Amino acid sequence: MPRARVLIRPKEGILDPQGQAVERALPALGFEGVANVHVGRLVELDVEDASRVPEMCERLLANPLIEDYEVVSIESHDQDAGLDAPRR
Amino acid sequence: MRFGVVRFPGSCDEVDALQACRRFADAELLWHGDPELRGADAVVVPGGFSYGDYLRVGAIARFSPVMEAVAKFAAAGGTVLGICNGFQVLCEAGLLPGALLPNSGRRFLARQVDLEVVNADTRFTHEAGVGDRLSIPVKHGAGRYYAPEEMLDELDAHGQIILRYAPGHNPNGSLRDIAGVSNREGNVFGLMPHPEHAVDPLTGSRDGGLIFASLAREPAAA
Repeated sequence: MPRARVLIRPKEGILDPQGQAVERALPALGFEGVANVHVGRLVELDVEDASRVPEMCERLLANPLIEDYEVVSIESHDQDAGLDAPRR
Repeated sequence: MRFGVVRFPGSCDEVDALQACRRFADAELLWHGDPELRGADAVVVPGGFSYGDYLRVGAIARFSPVMEAVAKFAAAGGTVLGICNGFQVLCEAGLLPGALLPNSGRRFLARQVDLEVVNADTRFTHEAGVGDRLSIPVKHGAGRYYAPEEMLDELDAHGQIILRYAPGHNPNGSLRDIAGVSNREGNVFGLMPHPEHAVDPLTGSRDGGLIFASLAREPAAA
């Protein structure tokens, strides 16, 4: 089955306290020059019909009022593809 | 008058809600897997962490069989009260406008807050008066009410903002200090504070009882 990968992030302009916390923590470790940190979710799924992924995003994986989603890849995966293989 | 209080896996306030309802009327628990409301006159969707709050708060619970029945009941004008996680579930289900985001301060909050009654002309608040101050606890990690500006204006214009946090009491960064909103028709209401934890002087306040009393009693004729 093809493997889909969906990125979900807070909509632009919506306060992202997680992103802010990470942004503030990085300089404490000596990483200067970091801005606009946002924290979202990655959803990976094996799907029979990849054309239905956007609908899945609209109805469950994301809340379109507060989140943007992006289907970043749909690929047929190889059973031996290491990280891309489904976890069993 | 009989309340039905929904119990999801992960609910934790359903027994307090049941006890609060029973001070004013009959009440029984409704199981999430049961696609019917057993003749309840009003449904309470209680607080907790339904289905582990996986993905987003309230996101999975809306697909449970009981929520299909609740949606039909609401569409027919039935009374539905969502408290905390119940509010989040009703927003995710599209029965209430807006969404609940993580608290602006990032911390889980558990504290007593003051609320102001903004609209007392509802089936949920008619026992109160506009401007009344209610002391009711909050306890949540994602209680920051959010809706786009145009939607907030609409809510304001249609009297759907029922409760606000009193000045200086907004604990979570909710837009326009909103603590509780109703749908346009006025039969579905959700709030982040927990009225069911404020019905006995033992726990410091009985102001929450106003909401259950309002539901249990007919509004006085104008």
